[in-house]
Amino acid sequence: MTISLFLFYILAFVATAAAVMVVAARNPVHSVLFLILAFFNAAGLFVLIGAEFLAMVLVVVYVGAVAVLFMFVVMMLDISSVRMRGGALQYLPIGLLVGIILLVELVLVGGTWTLAGSEIASPSPPLDSGVTNTEALGRLLYTDYFYAFQAAGVILLVAIIGAITLTLRDRGAIRRQDISMQVHRSRAEAVQLRKVKPRAGI
Amino acid sequence: MSIPLTHYLTLAAIIFTIGVFGIFLNRKNVIVMLMSIELILLAVNINFVAFSVFLGDLAGQVFAMFILTVAAAEAAIGLAIVVVFFRNRGSIDVEDINLMKG
Repeated sequence: MTISLFLFYILAFVATAAAVMVVAARNPVHSVLFLILAFFNAAGLFVLIGAEFLAMVLVVVYVGAVAVLFMFVVMMLDISSVRMRGGALQYLPIGLLVGIILLVELVLVGGTWTLAGSEIASPSPPLDSGVTNTEALGRLLYTDYFYAFQAAGVILLVAIIGAITLTLRDRGAIRRQDISMQVHRSRAEAVQLRKVKPRAGI
Repeated sequence: MSIPLTHYLTLAAIIFTIGVFGIFLNRKNVIVMLMSIELILLAVNINFVAFSVFLGDLAGQVFAMFILTVAAAEAAIGLAIVVVFFRNRGSIDVEDINLMKG
């Protein structure tokens, strides 16, 4: 057993166990933490197979953004974990049934599907061997998939605007700076001149 | 590199199944359902990357990046909807989400 295969088994086992714990944990905070663990192990698997850039992007995007977002929302919403797990066992049979059917289907598909000759049985060498994974991806992404790349940016923009408009609420009692009101003040209403008598005050 | 392709496919299938199972199991918490969807998308990404490397075609990794983008957008919008729903109803139970039932 080579070292890479051994590493694969460790990473895959931890990723699977973390995925199980995401689903089974009682506390949603623990679920988020196990999700982060699963993503880290998937990133390790990507490094192992030779997709370094995607591994780093997985860590940055999923662990740095998505999981932190989940953590914020879980901690922001006041949900008691005792009440959450009330009728979980009610859906266990149907969930197990669907899961087992799906797994059997996937195994059947994978079992009957034949590997197309020997060229897919081992990793193909990259077409241009002098180029790193990141550079090759960039060359492909900014040329052939440029429009799709722009569309991905538009999707993210729509997501930003949608999330902000959904969660923004006007509380009414907040004092805001009104620039035009400040600029349009005249001297007459802003300054008052008084003749103050000695020892009398205003 | 001596890891066969079937190892990656099996791992992706297992994680995918766990994600689908999680959607059915967690009927009390929408956030955990969203996390299960993230697990499913992760399994899809593993498949994409494995086939991309074994076929020597980088298009699979490019599409895995697009899946990543869509997953991030989906998580942001989904969590925003959950926050708004919790503000209005005081619960994120799936069975309470029935306002459009008439």
